[in-house]
Amino acid sequence: MTRIEVTVNGVRRDAEVEPRQLLVYFLRETVGLTGTNVGCDTSSCGACTVLLDGESVKSCTLLAVQSDGREVTTIEGMASDGEFHPLQEAFHRNHGLQCGYCTPGMIMAAASFLHENPTPTEEQVREALEGNLCRCTGYQNIVKSILDAAGQMSGVKA
Amino acid sequence: MGDTRVRERTRGGIGEDVARIDGLPKSKGAFAYASDLWADGMLWGHTLRSPHPHARIRSIEISAAVASPGVHAVLTAEDVPGKKTYGLEFADQPVLAWDRVRYVGEPVAIVAAEHPELARRAAARIVVDYEVLPAVTDMKEALEPDAPKVMEFGNVLRHVRIVHGDPDADADVWVEGYYETGMQDQAPLGPEAGLAVPAEDGGIDVYVATQWLHVDRQQMAPCLGLPMEKVRVYLAGVGGAFGAREDVSMQIHASMLALHTGKPVKMSYGRAESFLGHVHRHPSRIWMRHGATRDGRLVNIRARLLLDGGAYASSSTAVTGNASTFACGPYEVPNALIEGTGVYTNNPPCGAMRGFGAVQACFAYEAQMDKLAAVLGIDPIELRLKNALSTGSVFPTGQVIDGTAPVREVIERCAAIPLPPEEPTGPATRDPITVPGGAQNVGHGEGLKRGVGFAAGYKNTAFSEGFDDSSEAWVRLSAGPAGPLVEIRSAAAEVGQGVYTILTQIARSELGVERVILDPSDTNIGSAGSSSASRQTMMSGGAVQLACGAVREALFERVRAREASSDPAGELRLEAGQVLESELPLGPIERFLDEPIEETRVFHHRPTEPIDERGQGAIHVSFAFAAERAVVEVDEDLGLVRVIQIAAAQDVGSALNPRSVEGQIEGGTAQGLGLALMEELQVVDGRIRNASFTDYLIPTILDMPPVVSVLVEEPEPGVPYGAKGVGELSTIVAGAAVAAALRNATGRELNRIPVKPDDLVGLAEPPTSSGPPAAPDVPGPRSVPEYFGLGAGQMEILANDADDA
Ligand code: FES
Ligand code: FES
Repeated sequence: MTRIEVTVNGVRRDAEVEPRQLLVYFLRETVGLTGTNVGCDTSSCGACTVLLDGESVKSCTLLAVQSDGREVTTIEGMASDGEFHPLQEAFHRNHGLQCGYCTPGMIMAAASFLHENPTPTEEQVREALEGNLCRCTGYQNIVKSILDAAGQMSGVKA
Repeated sequence: MGDTRVRERTRGGIGEDVARIDGLPKSKGAFAYASDLWADGMLWGHTLRSPHPHARIRSIEISAAVASPGVHAVLTAEDVPGKKTYGLEFADQPVLAWDRVRYVGEPVAIVAAEHPELARRAAARIVVDYEVLPAVTDMKEALEPDAPKVMEFGNVLRHVRIVHGDPDADADVWVEGYYETGMQDQAPLGPEAGLAVPAEDGGIDVYVATQWLHVDRQQMAPCLGLPMEKVRVYLAGVGGAFGAREDVSMQIHASMLALHTGKPVKMSYGRAESFLGHVHRHPSRIWMRHGATRDGRLVNIRARLLLDGGAYASSSTAVTGNASTFACGPYEVPNALIEGTGVYTNNPPCGAMRGFGAVQACFAYEAQMDKLAAVLGIDPIELRLKNALSTGSVFPTGQVIDGTAPVREVIERCAAIPLPPEEPTGPATRDPITVPGGAQNVGHGEGLKRGVGFAAGYKNTAFSEGFDDSSEAWVRLSAGPAGPLVEIRSAAAEVGQGVYTILTQIARSELGVERVILDPSDTNIGSAGSSSASRQTMMSGGAVQLACGAVREALFERVRAREASSDPAGELRLEAGQVLESELPLGPIERFLDEPIEETRVFHHRPTEPIDERGQGAIHVSFAFAAERAVVEVDEDLGLVRVIQIAAAQDVGSALNPRSVEGQIEGGTAQGLGLALMEELQVVDGRIRNASFTDYLIPTILDMPPVVSVLVEEPEPGVPYGAKGVGELSTIVAGAAVAAALRNATGRELNRIPVKPDDLVGLAEPPTSSGPPAAPDVPGPRSVPEYFGLGAGQMEILANDADDA
């Protein structure tokens, strides 16, 4: 067992983890945050995407020990003070989900991307989300949701 | 007077683009999927599966596994408390194999341990002594007399023969084709999972991601040796389904382990196991001959279809029925001979997947229509219009279309959607990501050819062949703290398709109340039938509509009893929380709700008939039609493809939530596109070789083009709100349209989907056939297991339930 200190959604956690434990299972089973989903176990689907120090990573490709001393944000950490993140509202408003299993990963990947590129084109959104699979929507409303959120967010900032 | 009229409308009713009721919880990460379930002190279940496509089990040695750390139970077939087999249509599938295994991945033993890893390790210590037997893994060989037998009675699951008009009628022109489709996987993003909790009454509570709670229970209870009421099934969050969850996966296993250990047991498949743990889309081989007059009227169609059902029946009987009855497509043809056979093999079992037999048929008949158009020198769209079905047309089964059939409209409106602009081809003229292979930096835009392909197709809504898949709903109207409140209870499974939202919309419209809540789906109410066959809006929507209607009548009785009516002949109506009489407000609804009103109703679709000896009968309930056009770009040197646009027009009857309908079209199109271009389980000698998302590819966001859709609304008479099922049509036509576009771009035959790069560059020869197999000798048009007295699964049990009621 290895001791790690990791900040998850703003809360400091000290935990003993097995060195081989994946970050996604640390989040789901040790911390109890099940919003981050597992869709493939081969780093293909992106359902497990979280932010590590603000950048999107597939949490099934990292060991929990690699998050030691760092900051992890999961889908549960996206809303603040009871206010939904604009991406969350946009996915809801634009039918950006059906079963919703891909949604947390999509939102986290999109959040990281919009941070880099606040005013993307449709093509750029598609390129950025290539690592996230959705089996239900055909992606059209996901693209719409992200563009909508980008509009809202840059509007908010302006 | 006019001023007092209520102009306000109830918001969030039918026809509106209401946002999903589960949209916010799902985008917050607060929605609990089956894989998220947790109970204190729970154990983890693991399944040991057969490594052989066909083998005799000589012995199973579990002692080392039992002695493994953290293990609480190791169970085999001997430990199944009740009936040893289960199945959707026939109970031909062992809960745990004994004596024989019939496919790679068949469950042989189950383990419960304190951690998933401990369970896996213990399972690895179970020693099964197998005697490997010859396997049959080719669907045509399965029909040969000396083929290894998968079932004692042979390998024929069902043979349907449809004789229409004069099958010997001659035509001016004939075209012939042979077609194959591969084994597709539903690949829902959330793998199979559930939690079984032993109850104090000796029964079991099971929380599971499924499509049909009651049929799970009807299969589980006999195997667990429990009366039906002691098995309670609750819907856990479902991460997509598409047919994969119509069959039982871990339900019985987890329940056995929980009952045995007295502890809650969770089972959660990984992706690789998920590919083994559910049924797939039937691979098919199809032979067709189309005869027409010189001016392009269909005269005669000969179709022979072969479907690989794999090792167990699942819903293969119904899939064979569908593929056969739909074999001529949405076209009128006076003469036809259609023969469809579903066979058992030692391949993984196949069953329900979105499109359910209609997908394979559409790929073949639409390729035939294009061939015919080419031979006749007629525009392919014109040829389709010339032969389009309409209301009053007769199917080869003799069934007359008495509902709406806007086939011409969907074809015309799809064809009228503007084509995307031509793009510059040559290298360095555009963003490399937009050329085929650009995302992987292999293609650079040389030698691109554009192709356009078109396909029309159709499918039924709800279950067929005499099956009464009714749905029950309970509705309660009460005075809540913030005005009137409607509560709905239904066992309909929300699998992502949006049925929960539709049910609340229906209640709003029927009762004029905006605050609607939906109870969780479970078996404490009557069956809602399956979330399949595009049927929940019609069936559970119909049940909620009926129950709301009964609540409304009861409310109106109260109103009439209490209010001195100004206008005794005046009509009562509910709108925006008000009771109206002749459009004038009588008062808020809650004024009449000192006592809540509750009603339960069951909706049945109109009865259908079984298929007779000549394949005749009013077999299906209602039909919906669709057309799609695909525009593709092919890199002829590399065999790479980009789909540029999909245009879709769909007959939806009426759209109860247009955005949600469009979402179904887009998502269904992606699965059809996947089948045409990339999705195939590589099954070699009965073994799936690509059971992962690195090797089984599904379309990414870059593979999917924009889908431009048009909804054609001609309300269907006799069904709630005139709404037809919308879930499957786009999957049916998309694959055929993309394949047609690839043919158009390359001039190649491409008679097998998925189309591979080698097919596009000419490195692989198109599959050929020495001809269709002879029709098997069967006792009749029903499932062969029935004639051999094999215990029926749900059909028999449901019939008994109905008798008890
Ligand atoms: S679960 Fe991590 S990428 Fe699929
Ligand atoms: S909404 Fe189901 S996987 Fe994306």
